[in-house]
Amino acid sequence: MTKENSKIPVEKLGTGIEGFDLISQGGLPIGRTTLVTGTAGSAKTVFAAQFLAEGIRKSNEPGVFVTFEEHPSEIRKNLLSMSWHIQEWEERDLWRFVDASPQPGHETIESGEFDLGALLARIEYAVRSIGAKRISIDSLGAVFTLFNNATLVRAELRRLSAALKGMGVTALMTAERTQEFGEIARFGVEEFVADNVIILRNVLEAEKRRRTIEILKFRGTTHQKGEYPFTVLPDQGIIIIPLSAIELKQRSSGLRVPSGSPEMDRMCGGGFFRDSLILVSGATGCGKTLMTAEFIHGGAKKGEKCLLFAYEESREQLLRNASGWGIDFESLERNNQLRVVCAYPESAGLEDHLIAIKQEIDSFKPDRVAVDSVSAMERVGSNRGFREFMISLASFVKHREIPGMFTATTATLMGGPSVTESHFSSITDTIILLRYVEMLGEMRRGVTVLKMRGSMHEKDIREFTIDHQGMHIGKASGSHFGHVPELTRLSVDAVCVREDLSGDLDGMDGTSHGFRIGSASKRRNRSA
Amino acid sequence: MTVNEKFLLKLYITGHTPRSERAIKNLRRICELDLEGRYEMRVIDILEQPQLAEDEKILATPTLIKVLPPPLRRIIGDLSDTEKVLVGLDLLPVELKL
Repeated sequence: MTKENSKIPVEKLGTGIEGFDLISQGGLPIGRTTLVTGTAGSAKTVFAAQFLAEGIRKSNEPGVFVTFEEHPSEIRKNLLSMSWHIQEWEERDLWRFVDASPQPGHETIESGEFDLGALLARIEYAVRSIGAKRISIDSLGAVFTLFNNATLVRAELRRLSAALKGMGVTALMTAERTQEFGEIARFGVEEFVADNVIILRNVLEAEKRRRTIEILKFRGTTHQKGEYPFTVLPDQGIIIIPLSAIELKQRSSGLRVPSGSPEMDRMCGGGFFRDSLILVSGATGCGKTLMTAEFIHGGAKKGEKCLLFAYEESREQLLRNASGWGIDFESLERNNQLRVVCAYPESAGLEDHLIAIKQEIDSFKPDRVAVDSVSAMERVGSNRGFREFMISLASFVKHREIPGMFTATTATLMGGPSVTESHFSSITDTIILLRYVEMLGEMRRGVTVLKMRGSMHEKDIREFTIDHQGMHIGKASGSHFGHVPELTRLSVDAVCVREDLSGDLDGMDGTSHGFRIGSASKRRNRSA
Repeated sequence: MTVNEKFLLKLYITGHTPRSERAIKNLRRICELDLEGRYEMRVIDILEQPQLAEDEKILATPTLIKVLPPPLRRIIGDLSDTEKVLVGLDLLPVELKL
């Protein structure tokens, strides 16, 4: 090991942009220039401004913003929507503009050789006078349109890049690209200005815009590879959702919490684990919302705070239904034990929903969370976007070490796989199936615990009924009555198709003879 | 434009480089020829007074700004193309503008 010096890793500057420091494994390389490229409307300017804004807000680091496109007054105004009070920062010498935007009435005639020495001098002056640590330059393409001589501009930008290194600032430059996939940037700027390249994309996918960020290269240091979805929110700016960069480091506890139904607790071997994800799957109308209501009621009875996201019903509908089961959501809300968040899935993109959920959880700090239903979100984005949504949501809830109940509506009335299940079943700890079953010439409801990670659980299929006091699960019994031939076997077979579930089916009551109902209660169901 | 109109010209340079010196020399020559006795020429070194460059939003150097008489005009470069400088100073008829 003779070259010890070359072993010192490239240090990084935490940007403070949510999610970015995770995918970049620490931030932007310190003292270097990073190029951010993207098509029109890919949030380059926001990224550039946020790099400075987070530096100011989180570590009081002054920054310089060089603008070639928009006038500073425009930028100040546009970014007020992010709650970044640039003018105030300027007054406190935390932010300084170098205005290189086109000036109206500045007709310029070129006569002979020139360079961009004045620009360089101004940038250096701005950096020195406020002691800037960060600098954003937006955007390089516009420089080329200001002058006729592209070769000269290229040489001058290279000089600028070298000068920035000398000033010891961490720089971010933006540049346009004409296509989402193709050359990195117009005028080939990446070849001469930057060691590091980040690409912002804004792709139309299944009629929805999907924003992603990709770190293409970081010279001499590591980063996460591939595209990560992000969103731009008012008051917050860019938030990156670092899916696969999420670490699976949540602890696991043996603590149990009540499910809300003593019988269900028994079926699960003593209640749900406190830090587990529970997937409740069933056809429409077979009791999923009721199950979440019971889950919340069970938490509230213990004095816990509960958060419910409802994507299928309006608030009024939900409150009415709950009171029909003898659960008073309104008074729970008044006591600050419950918060019900209703939203139409179509009202926002998946990323925005995800962030809204995270923020509700962060601000309300619930002891348990229910989402009814996650499958409603399937409609909002592409298949891939939905998968990312589910994984991110699941890992977020797990990190909070609270139980989360998610419901999924199966596509067919008699059960069967749903997109939600196929994306979600492998990351959930507990899966509960609710199914319609044909029995003695009528339709009844059956419930079973299909999977329960880390615990013994009942393998029986129990019948349950619904009345004004909620859900009543019948007792387990060895006696089988009502052999359900075709329909329910279909549903079991369909579940078996899912590879990651098949293992959990081993203990089930003989798939060969279908889905049986074992119930001690022989009273006939009300036709509800 | 009257013959006696006063010209106020500001030439912004970054340090005394050969290019800066060339610009100064060229400007002086043009002024002596066409504006004798009715011009004021100021040379501003941006490296010494960067705030002035900021105020004027100057990007390239050398930059010549014709402050007076109006309209305000900017000419960038070492001013070696005399014809363009004369156009910029409104000392040549409009039809020759390129």
